[in-house]
Amino acid sequence: MISMIEFTDITAWIHSLLLSVMTPTWTYIVELALSGVTALVVLLVCVIIMVYMERKVAGFMQLRWGPNRVGPYGIFQVIADVIKLLLKESFSPNRADKVMFNIAPALALCVSLMALAPISWAPGLTMWDTNIGILFITAISSMGVIGILMAGWSSNNKYSLIGAMRSGAQIVSYELSAGLSIVTAVALAGTLSTNGIIQSQADGWWILKGQIPAIIAFLIYVIASTAECNRAPFDLAEAESELTAGYHTEYAGMQFGIFYLNEYINMAIVSIIASTLFLGGWMPFHLPFDYPVVHVFNHIMDFIPTWMWFFGKMFLIIFFMMWFRWTFPRLRIDQLLKLEWKYLLPISIVNLLFAAVIIVLHWHL
Amino acid sequence: MENQPTTPSPTELRTEEFVVNIGPQHPATHGVLRIEATLDGETVKDILPHLGYIHRGIEKMTESMPYKQSIYLTSRMDYLSAHINNHACSLAIENALGIEVSARAKAIRIIMDELQRLTSHELWWGSCAMDIGAVTPFFLGFRDRERILEIFEANTGNRLTMNYIIPGGVMRDVLPSFVTDVKELLKKIKGYRHEYDQLITGNFIFQHRTQGVGYLSKEQAISLACSGPVARASGVSCDVRKHYPYDGYEKLDFNEVIDYGCDNWARYLVHMEEMNQSIHIIEQLLDNFPTGEYRTKIKGIIKLPEGEYYQRVETARGELGVYIVADGSNKPYRMKFRTPSFSNLGAVKPTTVGLKIADLMANMSTIDLVVPDIDR
Repeated sequence: MISMIEFTDITAWIHSLLLSVMTPTWTYIVELALSGVTALVVLLVCVIIMVYMERKVAGFMQLRWGPNRVGPYGIFQVIADVIKLLLKESFSPNRADKVMFNIAPALALCVSLMALAPISWAPGLTMWDTNIGILFITAISSMGVIGILMAGWSSNNKYSLIGAMRSGAQIVSYELSAGLSIVTAVALAGTLSTNGIIQSQADGWWILKGQIPAIIAFLIYVIASTAECNRAPFDLAEAESELTAGYHTEYAGMQFGIFYLNEYINMAIVSIIASTLFLGGWMPFHLPFDYPVVHVFNHIMDFIPTWMWFFGKMFLIIFFMMWFRWTFPRLRIDQLLKLEWKYLLPISIVNLLFAAVIIVLHWHL
Repeated sequence: MENQPTTPSPTELRTEEFVVNIGPQHPATHGVLRIEATLDGETVKDILPHLGYIHRGIEKMTESMPYKQSIYLTSRMDYLSAHINNHACSLAIENALGIEVSARAKAIRIIMDELQRLTSHELWWGSCAMDIGAVTPFFLGFRDRERILEIFEANTGNRLTMNYIIPGGVMRDVLPSFVTDVKELLKKIKGYRHEYDQLITGNFIFQHRTQGVGYLSKEQAISLACSGPVARASGVSCDVRKHYPYDGYEKLDFNEVIDYGCDNWARYLVHMEEMNQSIHIIEQLLDNFPTGEYRTKIKGIIKLPEGEYYQRVETARGELGVYIVADGSNKPYRMKFRTPSFSNLGAVKPTTVGLKIADLMANMSTIDLVVPDIDR
C-alpha cells in the first residue's frame, strides 16, 4: 500500500543509492543540497497556496470573489503575478545606498529560510535534527529585522525609515513574549529538539495536556508571532494608510516580490513552530486518557497521514492570521508597545512560572 | 538663554525634527491634499496643509455662466454631497426670484439630500476604518452605498454628479416605483447596520484608536468655524436643518445629533447616528409622498434682480453657504461658496499636534475632508 510508505523509507533509499555511487563525504554534500532544494520547493508551493488563500479569504470577507480569471478559480493568478514581478525593472532611488539597498531583500529572505533547517516535517524527516532546534529558530528569527532595517535605512526615504524603525521596535519587543511562550512549551516537553517536542506529544498535544498555561502560551505565541511577521493588526512597518508601504516603499519588481515572499515564508514558519510546540506538528490528534474508546479513537486518527496533519495545522493557524488581518484595524505604535510590555510580557512571565509549578507537581497530563 | 543651541558632544545622542510631506499623492489624504508634517520621531510637532492642487476656479467660472449652468459646477465641489450642493444653489436662486416649489419637488429634494448624506457617511465609514487600518469595512460601506447609487442612477441618470435639483424643482420626475424602491432600500440598509457595529464600532482596537484621540474643544470648534459632524461632536449645535430649515425640514421629526466627547470617537458616533436620523427623515416623507408637479415652470433665462443673496444648507460635512451678488444680468457678478471642508480642515492641526502619525490619519478621516471641496 502506498500510504504505508513512510518518508523515512524514501530518505533511507536515497541515502543508500547515493552511497553506492559516491564517497560518504559527497553523499553528505549532495544530501544537504537535495534537502535544501526540497524544503525550498515545498515552501514555495506553500507560499503560492497561501497567497491564493489570502486573496480568497480576503475576498470572502469583503463580499467579492478574489482571483477568478486566470485559470480555473483563478489558481494561476499568483503565477501570473510572479511573472509580472520578474519582468519589472528593479531600480533603486537616486541617492540610495545601492549596495545595502540590493542586499536587504536577499538578507531578509536568507534569514527566514535558515529557520527552516531544524523543522521536523514528518516522522524522521528533519533536515538538521539537532538538540537545540528551537533555540536555533528563535536566534535566527531575531535576525529578520536586520534586512528590514537595512531596507528602510538605505532607501533614502523618510517613509521607509519610519517603517523600518517601527519594525525594529516591534520585532525586538515581541521576540520576548514569543520567546517566553516557546520556553513554556519547551519546559513542558523537556527538550529543545523539534523532533523531541513532537514525540513528547504522542499521547496528546500540549495544548490539551499542558492545562491553562499551554493555552495561554499558545495564544500569546500566535499574537506575538503575528506581530513578528509584521502582519495586520501589527503591520505598522508597512502601514499602508500612514506610510504608503513602509520599509519597502522604494522597492520594485522582484526585490519587492522577495519582501512579499518573505512575509509569507515567515508566516509559514511561525505557524509551523506554533503547531510543533502546541499542536503536535505532524503528530495525529490523540487524547491523553486511558479508556478503550479513546484507544480506538487514537488508532483511527493514526490512519490520517502525517503530512495532512502537518499542513492542516499549519494552514489552520495561517487562516487565523489572515482572519486577523482582514477584520482588525491597526494599532498605533505606542499601543503596540504598551500591549507587549504591559500585558503580554508580564502575562508570559507569570504563565511560565505557573507552567513550571504545574510541571514540578506533575499536574500536566 | 535656554533656547541656545548646544553643540552635542560626539558621544551624545543627537535628535532632530524632520519634515514629511503627506500627499499630494498619499493613500490617507483621499485626494490631492498635501500636509507638511513636522515630526519628532513618531510624534507630530506641526502641521501645515497646502491647498490648491485641485483648484479649478469654480467660483470664477460661475461669473461667465448663466445661473442654470453654474449649478452644474457645484456638483463638482463636494462630489459626495452633489445633490445637496445643487440644492443650495437652487434655493439661493429661488429665494432671489421668489419662486415657491411644489410639495412633491420638496419631498423629492429632501429624500435625495438624505440619501446623499447616507451615501456620503457610508463611504466615510469605510474610508475612516481604512485609515485606521481595517480594509474590510471599505467594501461593506461601498456595498450599501452602491444600492443608493442605483436609485440615483435610475431616477436621475447619474451616479456621482447628478445635476438633478434645479431652480424650480427637480430635473425630471422620479420613477413610479421610487417610493417602493427606497422603502426596500432602507429595509436593506437597516438590516446591514448591525454589521457596522459588529465589525468596527464594537472593535476594541478601533475604540482605543479613537477614544480620547483628536480632542477639539467647543471653543476651538467655534473659533475655527467648524460645522457639521465635526462641530456637533464638540457639542456645538449647528445643524442648518434645525436652525435655518429649508424646503420643509421644519415639518419633519428628527434630532440634531450632538455629542460632547470632542474626540474621534464622538465624531464617529455622530456620523453613525446621523445615518439613523437620515433614514428616519426619509421614512417620514415616504409614508405620505405628495403628488403633483415636480417642477414649477420658470423662465428659460434666469435673471436675478440686483442684490445680494445668501443661502445655507447642511451637507454631509457641514454648512455650505452660497453667496450670490447679482447685477441684474443672467450671470452672477460674484458667486462665493462657503464650503464645510475648508473650515473643517483647520481642525486638523489643533487635534493632531502632539499625537502620533497614525493619529493624524485617524483625525483627518473623522474630520471627513473632501479635497475638491476644500479647493473648489
